[in-house]
Amino acid sequence: MKFLKLIVPLFLFVFISCGDDDTIQPTSGELSIQFNHNWNRKEIEFNEQNFTNAFGQELSITKLRYLISDIVLHLPDNNSIPIDGYILVDLNESNLIAYAPNIPFNNYTGLSFTFGFDENDNLDGAYPDLNSASWNWPSMLGGGYHFMQLEGKYENSGTENPYAYHMGTARKNPGEFEQNYFNVALDGFNFTQESTINIQMNIAEWFTNPQNWDLEVYDIDLMMNYDAQKLMNVNGKSVFSLGEIN
Amino acid sequence: MLFTSVLLFLWSCDEDGITTYVPYEPTPFPLEIPKLFSDNIIDPVIPFDNPQTVEGVNLGRKLFFDPILSGDNSQSCADCHAPENAFSDADRFSEGINGDLGTRNSMPIFNLAWNYDENFFWDGRAFSLENQALEPVANPIEMHSDWKINAEKLANHAEYTELFYQAFGNVKIDSTLVTKAIAQFQRTLISANSRFDQHLLGTTTLTPQELNGFNIFMDESRGDCFHCHGNANNPLWTDNIFHNNGLDATFTDLGLGAKTGDPADNGKFRSPSLRNLAFTAPFMHDGRFATLDEVINHYSEGLQNSSTIDPLMKAVGNGGVQLSESDKSDLKAFLLSLSDPTFINNPEFQDPN
Repeated sequence: MKFLKLIVPLFLFVFISCGDDDTIQPTSGELSIQFNHNWNRKEIEFNEQNFTNAFGQELSITKLRYLISDIVLHLPDNNSIPIDGYILVDLNESNLIAYAPNIPFNNYTGLSFTFGFDENDNLDGAYPDLNSASWNWPSMLGGGYHFMQLEGKYENSGTENPYAYHMGTARKNPGEFEQNYFNVALDGFNFTQESTINIQMNIAEWFTNPQNWDLEVYDIDLMMNYDAQKLMNVNGKSVFSLGEIN
Repeated sequence: MLFTSVLLFLWSCDEDGITTYVPYEPTPFPLEIPKLFSDNIIDPVIPFDNPQTVEGVNLGRKLFFDPILSGDNSQSCADCHAPENAFSDADRFSEGINGDLGTRNSMPIFNLAWNYDENFFWDGRAFSLENQALEPVANPIEMHSDWKINAEKLANHAEYTELFYQAFGNVKIDSTLVTKAIAQFQRTLISANSRFDQHLLGTTTLTPQELNGFNIFMDESRGDCFHCHGNANNPLWTDNIFHNNGLDATFTDLGLGAKTGDPADNGKFRSPSLRNLAFTAPFMHDGRFATLDEVINHYSEGLQNSSTIDPLMKAVGNGGVQLSESDKSDLKAFLLSLSDPTFINNPEFQDPN
């Protein structure tokens, strides 16, 4: 239901499948883009209060899902290959990999994507699979879809309090909304055979860099909180990095 | 589809155009998918090995309402899943054939083909609608029967042998065929004609109170119901996912945790749909709330903290979201606008026996 596909001329595939000797090498193949998650290199374990944010608060994670769209592979000649579609990464459902078939083998100078949907794509109710996942963002807050749901509990004076770090369109005033997606540009990589490119999300970065996040100030009711939404936007820009290709 | 292809293949093997074997082929009966569903959400789940057919649905309907499947021929599925209660019942706990009571409230039955993960029961312990139907028939505190005996009863029943033949061809009657037929009937139980549906389709106008209630439902700082119970773009009004909604500080029923063995799942139950609440009281997995007012009061000021409470029960520190009396009243009006009298009165869904 969440798929990414690349529109590449079919002849590439036909050409490969008709090869009848070893001298013809494939010139393209499937690129798998896997999203991995850590907390300052520590493995993510759900439901355990074993993370400490930059503000010194201990917290757990019970849910993490987020939307990635408009993945683009960049070529040395300044051309690029856009990958259609989007992926709702969901750690609870183990939906972590976007598949892009028929990607030309090449030395790519970069990979970029949009965190969330941009204004052209963030159309209220437009995507049945996202509606089915109840991924919608309330119309009173600008409509469209969530970009992220990160939830868990944090320790506060000996009691566990919930937090719901939900990101989407920012409402500045009633009826006045601001785009809140951001673009991520990662380094280049060599794609010489069918392989998986690993993208790392360091979840701790959502709570720091450039601004430390105080869960006692921003824990719940953040969807309609303009300041919290903009803070998510600035902190989110450093959460992703390129990992290994294998 | 696959089934059809196999049949066609058999036909093509006949020699000289003389048919020596005529496989019985039931009449396809695709679900009528409501516009709000086809416009907004992905397709329903129909198992490839149990396509919807006219004969299968008719058989399933007859079986659903027939006490023949119970140990003493006294109780049918419909005893605890009655049309007038949106295929739930009015009791907190339902009574089995021996007078025993269960520990969970009977779940309503509608729009189940859109439970994409196919986890059924309050705790998700049955995968697929077909498998779900196996359990209450055999459960000693419910219909307390034996599937082998049921198969014999049906095989010795002239009308049923004919109906099974029409639905599935020349296949021995067993629990698999019975549950396939019942599941086919259950998939036809589609509810999509509430006043709120009509409002979305532009054929009716909601009251200001109902509309305000919907805003409370969608407002993260007031109701915040939408994270688990759908929205105007998700006509199911449930996420079909398991949550601890703050009913208890300690658990007498572990819910999902008993199925998975994971303590982090203790106290979690599947979100029910908010459709047809006018017909499905009492509420919650254990039917503890007799009225919708009690349900709203629970989320407003009755939340109990526990280690597995869902973070979406975010106001637990204050006991709940603290709705005003007028907000509660409006929210209730909106919730009742999701009820669909045409569903419970649909003649296709009544007892055919």
